[in-house]
Amino acid sequence: MATSSTADTQAEDLHKYVFLGQEDRDKLKENPGFYTRAWRRLRKDKVAVASLIGLTLIIIFALAAPLIERWTGHPYTTTNLRAGLAAPGAKVIDPATGESTRYWFGADGAGRDILVRLAYGGRVSLKVASLALVFSVIIGFTVGSVAGYFGGFIDSVLMRFVDVLMCIPGITLLLLISVIFRPGPTGLALVIAALGWTGMSRLIRGEVLSLKRRDYVDAARVLGASDSSIITRHILPNLVSIIIVYASLALPSLILYEASLSYLGFGVRMPDPSWGNMLNEARQLFRRSWTFTFIPGMAIMITALCINLLGNGLRDALDPRLNER
Amino acid sequence: MTRYIVRRLIGLIPLLLGISFLVFALMNMVPGSPTMQYEGNPSIKPADIERIKETLGLNKPWYTRYFIWLGNALQGDLGLSYLNGQTVWKTISSAIPNTLALSIPSIVIAIAFAIPVGVLGALKRNSLFDRITTVFATIFYSTPTVFLGMMMIIIFGVKFQEWGLPHLPVAGTHNLRGGGDLWDRVLHLIMPVVTLSLVSLAGWTRYIRTQMLETINQDYVRTANAKGLKHRVVVMRHAFKNAMLPLVTLVGLSIPDIFGGALIVENVFGYRGMGQVQVVSLQASDYTVAMACVMFFAFLTVIGNLIADVLYGVLDPRVRLD
Repeated sequence: MATSSTADTQAEDLHKYVFLGQEDRDKLKENPGFYTRAWRRLRKDKVAVASLIGLTLIIIFALAAPLIERWTGHPYTTTNLRAGLAAPGAKVIDPATGESTRYWFGADGAGRDILVRLAYGGRVSLKVASLALVFSVIIGFTVGSVAGYFGGFIDSVLMRFVDVLMCIPGITLLLLISVIFRPGPTGLALVIAALGWTGMSRLIRGEVLSLKRRDYVDAARVLGASDSSIITRHILPNLVSIIIVYASLALPSLILYEASLSYLGFGVRMPDPSWGNMLNEARQLFRRSWTFTFIPGMAIMITALCINLLGNGLRDALDPRLNER
Repeated sequence: MTRYIVRRLIGLIPLLLGISFLVFALMNMVPGSPTMQYEGNPSIKPADIERIKETLGLNKPWYTRYFIWLGNALQGDLGLSYLNGQTVWKTISSAIPNTLALSIPSIVIAIAFAIPVGVLGALKRNSLFDRITTVFATIFYSTPTVFLGMMMIIIFGVKFQEWGLPHLPVAGTHNLRGGGDLWDRVLHLIMPVVTLSLVSLAGWTRYIRTQMLETINQDYVRTANAKGLKHRVVVMRHAFKNAMLPLVTLVGLSIPDIFGGALIVENVFGYRGMGQVQVVSLQASDYTVAMACVMFFAFLTVIGNLIADVLYGVLDPRVRLD
């Protein structure tokens, strides 16, 4: 349990401070801050570190898409009928020139290189998900803190609105909104965020309700601080760790949302690849190639898994109170 | 209790009105109109388009149409499909039982597996069983429904057929040639139901395990152990019952996710339920049908939440509902 381990580390620090020599005492005087200590706890968590490394590799893979494109020599929209549905690792020879190229992850129905599309698709999917996360954190924080801080009428109006949104299965509304706006990747992120902020706002509201009763908030008010400065300078810093934990646990579901929307044909549209619309394409060809489904699906799954595990680690490291929830 | 239920039911009215207004307003933000496909057609006169608009009630502003729609919907008239002129009810009435046949068994199966697995995991904490189930739960928790469904189709539908093993049908609600009896429908339901239940199963198992772990560390469980009760009695009577209470709320809160999942599963398996009808109607700009689908999902969710709240009150005497 993280609670006891925090207490243990503190006791250990104290023990060292009392019983060790002057040098160690000086070293300890620098007194690591909250985030330094959290980072140290996270570093000890093997699963979290492994998933952090995994996630970094996935991001590097996506960022390196142009390099991969150049290396394989297959631009991501270039079709090659001869390579249609090539198996992973297949060598395709062009009879006109006699040149041969390899498709390491195989090719899709139109002969586009899956490896290259996976990298470009990763860019789009990760971009959509992380932008959606940023947007939903901003909306969720604003609504939650305003509702919690001002209370009363504003609170009940905002929270009833959240109730209404939470009653509708998100994906049904998402489909509707993306039909209306036919969004690009950034628009799609906004659309997903437009529904993804409700949980965040409830969490923030609850925390703000208790934080605003604290003495230091009263003190700030007495000193003449404005409401907005109390929220941003005195309440927000106390919520950062909760926001980080919540965000890391919400991110996988945003990735899955993007995948589902694109799969249904309402998200990222062809010929731009995303992991979701690669699955959509694979749906037509499932009888002829299983790797075509398997590869983008695994990419989504591994990414979501890494973020989930990292999120668990962050939760343990940052917020012992949220532990095991 | 009755008073509470009545009060909650009355409370649902503004909620459903709010949802319907929101969805109706969104529908009307869609660029173009259902008659747009006729406007470029030289053989259809502008007068005819006006006539179509009048039949569909499209010549009035959208907020007027909302109240007309609302008035008709309350009398059971959901309007006409823009696509084929049939009543909306005719389009969706065959899909509703299919969606229920998919989602209700999924909830039941997910609960039936999540409870024993979660409880055993908590009782034998850090055992091999606990570790394996935790790993699987984490993996399934991160798996997209779409991917899970497609891999099931590939393995149990396509590959099993290639290997000459008994295989499951890959799509549809029943076999169009000669099928349609109960057994045939059940066969078509197996993979969609398993896919849908696996998704909620993962989250619920972890939740039950956590709840159970918390409960067996409570003082009253320690007391029960200390006074010499049999371990089985302590676990089943004292710990289990209390640990299961939050599950009711959890299932209630998961209902939107389940119907959202059903929408995806239906589309993966080409299973004709409300989710597939909604996707098809949105693709065809058939907004009266899409509206009915969204309201259907919202209605079931609201009712599901109500049932969960009432059930919680029934099961936990500490909660006073009125």
